[in-house]
Amino acid sequence: MNRVPATAAPAALALGDDALVLSHRLGEWAGHAPVLEEEVALANIALDLLGQARVLLSLVGDEDELAYLREERAFRNLQLVEQPNGDFAQTIARQLYFSTYQELLYGQLAAGDGEFAPLAAKAVKEVAYHRDHAEHWTLRLGDGTPESHERMQRGCDALWRFTGEMFQPVEGVDADWQKLENAWRESVGAVLQRATLIVPEGPRGGAWTAGAGRQGLHTEPFGRMIAEMQHLHRSHPGATW
Amino acid sequence: MATAAAHRTTAEAQAAEAERTAAHEAAFDAAVAADERIEPRDWMPDAYRASLVRQMAQHAHSEIIGMQPEANWITRAPSLRRKAILMAKVQDEAGHGLYLYSAAETLGTGREELLDKLHSGRQKYSSIFNYPTLTWADVGAIGWLVDGAAITNQVPLCRCSYGPYARAMVRICKEESFHQRQGYELLLHLSNGTPEQHAMAQDAVDRWWWPSLMMFGPPDDESAHSAQSMTWKIKRHSNDELRQRFVDIAVPQAEALGLTLPDPDLRWNEVRGHYDFGAIDWDEFWDVLKGNGPCNEQRISQRRTAHEEGAWVREAASAYAAKHGKAAA
Repeated sequence: MNRVPATAAPAALALGDDALVLSHRLGEWAGHAPVLEEEVALANIALDLLGQARVLLSLVGDEDELAYLREERAFRNLQLVEQPNGDFAQTIARQLYFSTYQELLYGQLAAGDGEFAPLAAKAVKEVAYHRDHAEHWTLRLGDGTPESHERMQRGCDALWRFTGEMFQPVEGVDADWQKLENAWRESVGAVLQRATLIVPEGPRGGAWTAGAGRQGLHTEPFGRMIAEMQHLHRSHPGATW
Repeated sequence: MATAAAHRTTAEAQAAEAERTAAHEAAFDAAVAADERIEPRDWMPDAYRASLVRQMAQHAHSEIIGMQPEANWITRAPSLRRKAILMAKVQDEAGHGLYLYSAAETLGTGREELLDKLHSGRQKYSSIFNYPTLTWADVGAIGWLVDGAAITNQVPLCRCSYGPYARAMVRICKEESFHQRQGYELLLHLSNGTPEQHAMAQDAVDRWWWPSLMMFGPPDDESAHSAQSMTWKIKRHSNDELRQRFVDIAVPQAEALGLTLPDPDLRWNEVRGHYDFGAIDWDEFWDVLKGNGPCNEQRISQRRTAHEEGAWVREAASAYAAKHGKAAA
């Protein structure tokens, strides 16, 4: 695989780590989903993201070395995607926030002529489906029963503070970040409104603990996640699988 | 008198009904004998319907319970390529569960009812999934041996007399054969890898070999449903025939893998033209079937928990569909 120039490596890592980490979290649902159709759907999304991650990481180096041998502080993913699954509503809130961002960002990249245009053009089609899936479930849960409404609102509220980080410019990604943020707020706001949910109003970042994933500062659950992910690979140095 | 007339009418009606049933039965038997497919709207004996529902439900349950031992390794898969393959495989199993529940639904039994029976222990799933996946090599052993045994059982089902089941099996067998190859390839890589990887592969094969042979069910003379199922052409070969076929295929494959099978009595029998193999521990088989395997409790409890914890999601989908007048999913 052709490697990208060194200037594009941080961008490939940031986008690749987002996809890798969210794919892993979705993989944790296998065998635990609320209905068989969602076993298939969540696995499908996880597989799309893993495919994207493999392409992006391979632009920088060996995909397995990058996934399995980096320390926590070297990962560049958003804190949003590393958040634990919680209940199905929280997983859907995370999907809604992230897939809306990813669709808008990849849409911009696909329209440009930068390093990531070809990858983004392919991925944006997959991501449009992920956003559609998240949107439909947000509507069903928000406008379903009192219990589902309350859970969906709680999920949206809990993850809101991780959403500001998405719009901090990433080195090497040629995007209009202000336009991206406006479009994201409009799109997510419209879905939440149709779902009879309230758009959260709390801060979206601020203190370094919320919103510094791109700088390699993560949340406590992430350390456990990668400990599990890397354990077997690290136990057999030099082995191939 | 009116009552006598009524009796006579009832008796006549009963006779006419018996005649119709006999005609249906004759047509059904002829269709089965001619290797024609029975379709959902065709007349079929109640016992045939019940037997199919039991078998298809057990098969569907095995697919969804079978996701658990493999999903156990998704988050620890040691390379991204293996992780993608394993996730796709577990996803296929969910898909197989979906087709099979749908095929059972053509006989008038819905998924909810069948899941209730699974959760309450009134219907079974393949006992093989009551064994634990202790190392990464177990993912390979399940693919090679467990999926290999399943294919040996299932390929003849593609010619099963019930149409929807036979058609579902054609698609399932194609995917299973891919699963079996990935398991074999995974083990081959480990066997040729570091000494630790080779040992991991050998240990997995040692633990999965005998339970895989048990997957074909009890010996023919102790199999409760076999004879009737063979007459109806739901089943086409006996348990012992299929088990022998599997052993004959697996032995040369083990040699190619550079791994041994844990049976000192395994040897080629020139006269029979088959491999002889040692005695299966049927006490273990019955014990696991009764619920005393290493993971029976864990598997069913995870399934029940996922279902119960997902109840509010399914309720929300129904409530939303009712409000907005469209399909839930």
